[in-house]
Amino acid sequence: MIRFFANANYDFIKWSRWAYGITAAIMLLGIGFLATRGLNYSIEFTGGTLMQVETKTVVPTGKIRQALDDAGLHGAEIQTFGSDTSYVIRARITAEAGESEETNTQAVAAAVRRALDASAGASQYTVVRTEAVRPKVGKELQGKAFLAIILSFFVTLTYLAARFEWRFGLAAVLATAHDVLATIAFISVMHLEVSLIVVGAVLTVVGYSLNDTIIIFDRVRENLHKYRRQNLYEILNLSINETLPRSVLTHGTTIATTLALLFLAGEVIRPFAWVMSFGIFTGTFSSIYIAAPILLLIEKRWPGEDARGVRAIGARAPTPAPAGPAAPKSVQPPPPVPRVPAR
Amino acid sequence: MSTIRGRLIMIGILVLGSLLSLLPRNVKQRVVDQTTGRMKDTTIRRVPINLGLDLQGGIHLALEVDESQGPVPDCADAIQRAERVVRTRIDEFGTTEPVVQIQGRCRLIVELAGEKDPARAKSVIARTAFLEFRITDMKNLFQNALPQLDAALRRAGVKARGAGPSAVSQLFGSDTSKAARDSATDANTPGVLSSLLFQGQLPGEFLVPEEQWELADSLIQRPDVRQLIPRGIDLKWGAQIESRGARSYRPLYAVESRPIITGEELVKATARRDQLTNQSVVEFTLSRRGGRKFGEETARHIQDYMAIILDGRVQGQPPVIRSQINTRGQIELGTKPLQEASDLALVLRAGALPAPLQIVEERAIGASLGADSINDGIRAGVVGVALVIVIMVGYYRLSGVLAVAALTFYCLFTLAGLSAFGFTLTLPGLAGFVLSIGIAVDANVLIFERIREELVHGKSLRLAVDDGFKHAMNAIVDSNVSTALTAFILYLVGTGPVKGFAITLIIGIAASMISAIFVVKTLFLIWLQRRPAMTTLSV
Repeated sequence: MIRFFANANYDFIKWSRWAYGITAAIMLLGIGFLATRGLNYSIEFTGGTLMQVETKTVVPTGKIRQALDDAGLHGAEIQTFGSDTSYVIRARITAEAGESEETNTQAVAAAVRRALDASAGASQYTVVRTEAVRPKVGKELQGKAFLAIILSFFVTLTYLAARFEWRFGLAAVLATAHDVLATIAFISVMHLEVSLIVVGAVLTVVGYSLNDTIIIFDRVRENLHKYRRQNLYEILNLSINETLPRSVLTHGTTIATTLALLFLAGEVIRPFAWVMSFGIFTGTFSSIYIAAPILLLIEKRWPGEDARGVRAIGARAPTPAPAGPAAPKSVQPPPPVPRVPAR
Repeated sequence: MSTIRGRLIMIGILVLGSLLSLLPRNVKQRVVDQTTGRMKDTTIRRVPINLGLDLQGGIHLALEVDESQGPVPDCADAIQRAERVVRTRIDEFGTTEPVVQIQGRCRLIVELAGEKDPARAKSVIARTAFLEFRITDMKNLFQNALPQLDAALRRAGVKARGAGPSAVSQLFGSDTSKAARDSATDANTPGVLSSLLFQGQLPGEFLVPEEQWELADSLIQRPDVRQLIPRGIDLKWGAQIESRGARSYRPLYAVESRPIITGEELVKATARRDQLTNQSVVEFTLSRRGGRKFGEETARHIQDYMAIILDGRVQGQPPVIRSQINTRGQIELGTKPLQEASDLALVLRAGALPAPLQIVEERAIGASLGADSINDGIRAGVVGVALVIVIMVGYYRLSGVLAVAALTFYCLFTLAGLSAFGFTLTLPGLAGFVLSIGIAVDANVLIFERIREELVHGKSLRLAVDDGFKHAMNAIVDSNVSTALTAFILYLVGTGPVKGFAITLIIGIAASMISAIFVVKTLFLIWLQRRPAMTTLSV
């Protein structure tokens, strides 16, 4: 039987100061990048035209750029996309042009085609993807994405408040907020394109990280109930150690699938896969090094019997799982079982 | 014993239901009839999972009322009427399973899967197709007003850009237009506007050099100029460019403001290629009422010229009315391809849009790119699953095999869920599915770790399994609900592909709860029952 970290007994909380330092460094780096480079919003959000073309032969991007300039599309971006003969051309609608350029998005698509006829030669290329979004629609989408992130915070906070004691909820939300910030910093550093899919990835990271924090807090809640004589510091360490094998396994399988997506699922999904891969790391890190120490701080600042989970398990029986029959009919508080020392 | 049987029956029902919903079944689909080129309904046997536009290729359009030509008082009403027209057009133009729906109040969404020619689809959908017949300016009202227009422009300080009328004007310029121009000039400077207009071959027709038509258009759009255009006369550009010798001209027509008839009275339109002239033409038939009206009008206007105006552009050169026309007529499209003529016939049959529409969002994905995405997604999925299997079986041995078995159920349930509720699988959805395989085993990991702990605490096998499941439940429910909540929010605010991601994630969570908890527990129970003497668990 393979066992990772069986009966591990690391003092995780002791290292929290170091963790804060690392976090602060990441944040500073992220803020630095955000301030200097900003986020690379996709045309879904800015409005503009994107065309993905595949050419029969390799055409230097410089040549395409020249043709685009000749067609009057200054400042259009050209990138190879996955292979040498696949290009993505992005013409964003700049703030100066604004809404006045009413026919812009459709006219740009026509201009790009003219430029390609000139540089690659007519019938030497195929347009495999076109996206043309008016700035008005882009603004709506921005609003929606923002709303989604705010809403998800609100809803998960409400859920945590209902399921856990407020101190736990606050710590979990702070840890998750950290993950969102760190992920945005990562997106900025990697210069990933912020599309709706990437926003989806950020929200998935929120869910995943919260999930991870909840698993540990669930154990904390249970252990607080079980070992009434130990202090929170010890219980936090114990809980993290007890859930360590699970963490390693689950993060292992999830990382395996995100890496498969990153390397094999193609260019369109890649930004999503990058964000998820990073999110798994930061989610794991924050559950252990942010959520737990913050819970300790909160408990020091506002001590209370509530945090012992007296209310949490007994009073609020968890709802049975949708699986129904497998869920226990009623969940009793686990009897205080003395901990058997390791073999 | 009975609990195991009950569980097995339950699993059996679930698996059977899933398989049934995934069996290839007859789906009604519209396809192009190769012989006639029209759309027809056929039934096709296929696995009933809807693929999103990003996977099978296609075009997604969002349209709104275009108010640049004038305000539209009630956009919701206009969009509702436009929806009917667009639906009729698409049904005839045809792609498989078109989507036409109103989003919010004033936005129309059109999705055509598998469409290979987005440009053509766009022109069929967004074309207003407002057809009208108007008599040209037979009394030369506009021409006589030209001096006043020039004078107004001069007062406004607009200077002619060119060097006055070129020699070419002599070719076309009739005496009257020359006279008009001469009277407009003082100190031999030609009128700004009239210097751009060359008299055409019929009353009310003017030719503008192609390189100057934008300038001419901006001049006639000026409010001070529009005010001076005689009452009852409108200016309309021609749709085709005419070449005379080495130069190209764009015709401008002065026509009566009142149409003698509009496309509303049209009941039939067909495209054909004229054998004699090799031109594409659209023949149309008017309703009886329209025919009567048309007959009266044409009888009154014999020897007059009639402009055929489509979406504000004059089609071809206005023909002269030789005799009374009743219900039948034709529109000449010149050398344009026959397909364009059939598209025009199609939109004329379906009727005009109540207001001009503009495309505010367009996403078109080639079918080949979609196929690549599916292949890449499946490859990533296979590798991801293989890695998960290696990790689970390597770490948990026999119990890991159970978890992998549960994963098979999980995949089955998820796909069945997508199919049964008619959801659409998109590329992000495919990614979400692959990702959720990694997350799906979490429930089993939590359970197995618990069982190990319970065993370490010295519990009997049976008790350890029961307690392992029981104690892991809290964490499983909490964590899955929190993930499902964020996915649900994403579903609410997301569009297209992202909605597909959220749906796949939510179905995946539900499926993983069923498979990881219910199915695995059942497998454990069977295992324990078969080997009652077992003292160590391969977990």
